[in-house]
Amino acid sequence: MNDLAIKELLYKMADDQLILGHRNSEWTGFGPLLEEDIAFSSMAQDKVGQSYALYTILHSLGEQEPDTVAFTRNAEQFHNSIFTELPNGEYDFSLIRHFLYDTAEIMRFDMLTESSFQPLAELAVKVRAELRYHTLHANTWVKQLGSATEESVARLQKSLEHALPYALGMFEESPYEKELIETGVFAGEKKLQEKWLVKISAIINETRLQLPDLSTLQPVSGGRIGKHSEHLQPLLNEMSEVFRIDPTAEW
Amino acid sequence: MMRSSEDIYTLLEEVKDPEIPVLSLVDLGVITNVSVENNQVNIEMTPTFVGCPALDMMKQDIKDVLAKNGMNHVSISVSFKEPWTSDKISEKGRKALKQFGLAPPPVGKNLFSDIDVLEHAACPRCGGSNTSLKNPFGPTLCRSIHYCEDCREAFEQFKPL
Ligand SMILES: [Zn+2]
Repeated sequence: MNDLAIKELLYKMADDQLILGHRNSEWTGFGPLLEEDIAFSSMAQDKVGQSYALYTILHSLGEQEPDTVAFTRNAEQFHNSIFTELPNGEYDFSLIRHFLYDTAEIMRFDMLTESSFQPLAELAVKVRAELRYHTLHANTWVKQLGSATEESVARLQKSLEHALPYALGMFEESPYEKELIETGVFAGEKKLQEKWLVKISAIINETRLQLPDLSTLQPVSGGRIGKHSEHLQPLLNEMSEVFRIDPTAEW
Repeated sequence: MMRSSEDIYTLLEEVKDPEIPVLSLVDLGVITNVSVENNQVNIEMTPTFVGCPALDMMKQDIKDVLAKNGMNHVSISVSFKEPWTSDKISEKGRKALKQFGLAPPPVGKNLFSDIDVLEHAACPRCGGSNTSLKNPFGPTLCRSIHYCEDCREAFEQFKPL
């Protein structure tokens, strides 16, 4: 089996979790409700921890230490989707991103519980269980606010339409797609996107939100090959500030 | 003196979860294997949550307790081969949680196909299930927040996973 194919898969997953985890942590102290503050902070902690576990697998495949990988790369060396690096914006955008992203992520880990690559299959069982709390949280709020007042519905609808082209960028295919599928490591982005669409449609159908026809949208991709928006590098600078000052600091 | 793995398990009863000081790591179910070869003690453990910030502290506490008992060659490895679930908490551990004021997690596999187990957690005060889920995320990764309609008070549950 080709290590490069597996590494590419691990990097994009780990980077997605790390970058969105960091964005989630930016809600600490700013949530619209104390409960939401706590929720986004907890999800941040989960996501950063999960990224660390993925970087640890990468380390066992010969990549550098998790901290080095997380804190010393530049934007063009990151494989996260552009979707995850976008600023939090208003709560409605963060909620919609959380819903669209975590639904994809739990499906991805669900598929990976069957992976022929054993370390990833083992971790996937664990992460899938944890992510159930994230999707439970997202679904609850989307259902509530997606059927509440005119304003909440209109705001979510606008964020949904803004977010979807970026969300489709999560499924940008890897150069090793065929190999990953043939060797049973991962059943592929196309399959994942199909499963994701079924899930998000089911939730959206329980609300007053309208899902646009996705075939009319142009996916915003490039993140998987290191082509990012202007928002990633400032995030990385902030995230790695302590590490760059003192790589041995304990905290 | 030769120690058996049973001896080590007994010593590990002294090591408590840093976030829940009444619950030992053994009762929490995070110690998945202990083996002894000559002077070398090998411990395998698995975290409750992948991002559990207490993991490093737990490892240090294990080393400290074993060192206090004359064992200085201790290696601890972390793996997900046998992933932790809340069903791994022992009966003794569940009692300790309840005394601590935390509702123990419901037992069983179909946790999320049946959302009721989250919605109607048993209140650790009155034991009733006239309760509602306030937030699936609590003050630590492994706790959720609930409200008991009968006691009219909030309580926390150790989350089922
Ligand atoms: Zn009660």
